[in-house]
Formats: sequence, structure tokens, C-alpha cells
Amino acid sequence: MDILLQQIINGLTTGSVYAVVALGYTMVYGVIQLINFAHGEVVMIGAMVAFAVIAALAGSALPPGAILLAGVLAAVPACMAIGYGLERIAYRPLRHAPRLAPLITAIGMSIILQHLALLIWGRNPLAFPQLIDNPSFAIGGAAISGVQIAIILLSMVMMAGLSWFVYRTRFGIAIRATAENVHVASLMGVNADRVIAATFVIGAALGAMAGVMYGTYYGIAHYTMGFILGLKAFSAAVLGGIGNIPGAMVGGLLLGLVEALGTGYIGEYTDLCRWPGAADGGWMGERCADGAHFVLFGSNYQDVFAFLMLILVLVFRPSGLLGERVSERA
Amino acid sequence: MTEVLLEARNIGKKFGGVQALKDVSLTIRRGEIYGLIGPNGAGKTTLFNVFTGLYPRDDGEVLFGGKALSLESPHTVAAAGIARTFQNIRLFGNMTARENVMVGRHVRTRAGVFGAILRTRAERAEEAAIRRRADELLHYVGIDDRADALARNLSYGDQRRLEIARALATDPQLLALDEPAAGMNATETAGLRQLIEGLRKDGLTVLLIEHDVKLVMGLCDRVAVLEYGEKIAEDVPEVVRGNPKVIEAYLGTSAH
Repeated sequence: MDILLQQIINGLTTGSVYAVVALGYTMVYGVIQLINFAHGEVVMIGAMVAFAVIAALAGSALPPGAILLAGVLAAVPACMAIGYGLERIAYRPLRHAPRLAPLITAIGMSIILQHLALLIWGRNPLAFPQLIDNPSFAIGGAAISGVQIAIILLSMVMMAGLSWFVYRTRFGIAIRATAENVHVASLMGVNADRVIAATFVIGAALGAMAGVMYGTYYGIAHYTMGFILGLKAFSAAVLGGIGNIPGAMVGGLLLGLVEALGTGYIGEYTDLCRWPGAADGGWMGERCADGAHFVLFGSNYQDVFAFLMLILVLVFRPSGLLGERVSERA
Repeated sequence: MTEVLLEARNIGKKFGGVQALKDVSLTIRRGEIYGLIGPNGAGKTTLFNVFTGLYPRDDGEVLFGGKALSLESPHTVAAAGIARTFQNIRLFGNMTARENVMVGRHVRTRAGVFGAILRTRAERAEEAAIRRRADELLHYVGIDDRADALARNLSYGDQRRLEIARALATDPQLLALDEPAAGMNATETAGLRQLIEGLRKDGLTVLLIEHDVKLVMGLCDRVAVLEYGEKIAEDVPEVVRGNPKVIEAYLGTSAH
């Protein structure tokens, strides 16, 4: 099996999901310079709602495709409502408060949503019922599953759709104008409140889709899944340059790839027995006898890569790969 | 020419302990170019910001077209028919010239998220109309060849023109220009002068704040002079020019 190609495929899959979630962070940051830490939980709720609906319908006579669609159709509006509610209840009253206040509120909302999910769905993971066969296709010594293809394609379509919306429609023009200068945009008649609410709702809709995709990929949904997924997507947004929409897409895909490749190779490269001069009578000779391994860091270090990237970006290029405005805004 | 478009009554504004505007009253008539001059720090821009809803006023009221103007939020002022440009240019730098003007059309149209996504026939027709109107306005101010350039890549003079086009896109009754000639060379100023005269010919009322006294005196129908937040003169340019208070404000007492 070709590990390189396989890990690239896996990385593109998770990277697409990170990218879609990162868009939610970056759009909101773009218009009000707020890091909506509750966004990860919105993604989680999207996954939970979809799974609950799918599990409830799983025994019915409906075709599997319709059940899946019903799950998505329940998750997306639910998350849009939560996104709107967050902005209305938690952030709008704090619009003119010092920047720390909405940030702390965001963390609070995140905890509230997480525990709400705990109350509703309990602390056990929800398993995704096997509705549709997940065929596997061989390409160049690696395998790509139907779910992976669907996730990558669907993410591309959503990202293209969002780009078109933001760069080609006049509501998109209003969003970009508000992001550049909210005062001048209001003088031109742009209703800033509506624009801000819309970015939350759009971000939440994308988040719901991402939650469903992520849960489908790993087969489970859990009330804590939003935390680490949210942090990674946030890292992706920072990596690409927070506030920058193409940046979030690039950052997400890159983060997914680095994570997958890192996980794929870390065991091999930190296996002391494979280091030159260590085995075969070297200083590790005894432990490495008979082809044994001595792996320092295994694939359980998967989550480290995202945050390692975040740290490196913050140290060497704080404005992100495609970002330019952060320094003057911060 | 005698209908009053904007009437400000006893406007007062304080910043902390500083009285930036004190009891300022003035009337702008429909179709005229009204100049507002004064030394640095006289309160010209503050008055502007009060008229356009950027600053809340402390005292007084503003009547626009005979009705009390709600100064609650900038977008209601824009909807009432007052548009402005800024002393320090405030364009949306990362958007094209055309998109900048299209933002200005927001005040006269309803753009919704769902309309934009669903692409209804009405939505598409309206968006096409907005695009057309934006191109017309770019042509009007003479920068239609730069429509697809990013605003921040335009020359300084063109940026000024783009700001005027964006303000015109809101279909204003009153266009307020805050030091439009600042930083312009003689050729650019001459071009600007032509543009403003064209606006008057097309029936627009213009409020002009300007440091370039020669431009103001040559262009305006009436001129008001502010000093230390108070109005010290308001009349046709010839009379204002001869007003001893104005001469004193500009040249200091030693000139006498």
C-alpha cells in the first residue's frame, strides 16, 4: 500500500472538513473581529441532530438516501437557528464592550452548548447506522472510499458556493464592505446588524454540514467532538490568515494534509531501531533484536500537528499564509 | 432656489470639556453649493459628522426637507438622502471600484441572503440594474475605465472621484464633501471643480468643506465661516470675503 498517497487522500478528506468549519470562524472574525469559540459546538450539534434523526428513521421503509437527506435537512436549520441565537443573545449586546467580554462569552456559550448536548443525548457516543454501503476504490496503490469522495466533493461545492456568494452577489459585497469598515458601510445604507447576523447563520449552516460529514467519516458523534474539531478548524483559519475566506480554505486543506502525513510517518521516523547506528550492535542493539521496534511517538500524537502548525504560524507569520490585515486590526 | 433643504438649529456638541460646536445654526437651500470654511479645528468636520449621524449631537435639531432628521444611525441618515465623502479617503480598498459604488446602492434596494442565494428573477434584474447604475456613475465621475481595479490601486485623484461616485449611488438630495481637494494638484483640483459644477447643473445640493479658500469662493453660492465652534459669518462669497471677523480669523488680529 502506498502510504504517501493514502495519507494524502485521508488528509484531503479531514482537511475539507476543517476548511468548511474554518470558514465559519473566519467569516465572523472578518466582520466583527470576534473569535466565536462556540462554533465548534455548533458543528457538534449539527452532527448530533443529524444522527438522532437518522437513527430514528433507520428502521423505517424510507430509502437510505432519503434518511440521510432528512438528517441533513434537520441539522442545517437547527444550527442556523443556534448561530442566529448566539449572535442575538450572546454577542450583539456586547458589540461595543471591550474585546475580552465577547470572547469570554463565546467560551461560556461553548460550555453551555456542550452541556445541553450532554443533557439531550447523554454521555455515550452516538453510532452512525450503516445505511449505505461504503464502497472502496483502489487508485495507485491506495484506497479511497465513497464517503471520502462524497466529503471532498461536497466540501468543494460548498466552498465554491460560498466564494460565489461573497464575491459575486451584492449581499456578498455588503459583507465585504462591512468587514472592511462597518461605519462607512452603514453610511452607504448597509444594515450592519443584518450582515453580521447573516455571517453567523451562514457559518452555522456550513458547520452543520461539516458536522454531519465528520461524524459520517468517523462513524460516531459525541458531545465533546466539537471542542477539538473547533480548535483545529480555528488553527486552520489562523494558518490561512483569519478573516480571509480563501485563507480558511487553504489553511484547512493544508492542516488536514500535514496532520495525515505527520500521523502516517511519525511512527516510522521516531522508531529508534530504524535510526542508523542504533540497531545491529549499536546503542539500541539489545532492544531492537529480531526486528523489534522502539517507537517514541506513535499515531496517537495526531492532534499535536495541528497545534504545532498553529504555534509555528504564530511565531513566523502571525498574519497567516494569505492574511494581511491582522496586524493593523489587532 | 429659495426652498430650504437642510436647516440646522442651535447645534451643540461637546467632547469632554471641549465645546466643539456652540449654537450653530445654518440653512442650506435646495440646488445650491454651500461652502463651510474655517481655520483648523474650527469644528467643520464635527458639524459634518453630526449631520451624517456619525456623532450624536448634544443640543439642537436638524430639519431635512422640512422634517426632523433622525440622527440615530448612519444608515437612516443615508436613507433620508444625505451622502458624504471623507476628508481621509475611506473606500473599501480590497473591493473593485464598481463594487464600491454598488455598496452605495444598498440604501435604495433590499438585498437579502435568500434572494441572493435563490436568484429569483426579480433579484437578478435588480442586481443587473445596480451594476448598470454603478457603471453610469463611474462614467459620470470619469473613472469608468478603472471599474474593475481594486480601489486601493487607484490614483489619489481617482479615489476621491470614486468616493463621490459611491456617495451619489445612494441617490442623495444633499451631497456633503469633506475637503475633496485636499492633497490634489492644480490639474486635479480643476477637474474636481468641473465635476462639482456638473453636480449643481444636475440639480444636486452640495455642502462643501474645504481648506482651499479660492476653490470655495469661486464655486459656492453661499459660504459659512466657523471659528472655535461658532458660526461667525454666512453669506455670498463676496460679502464673506470682506467680513472683518473672517479676515481676523484667517489672518490674525495683527493684520489690522
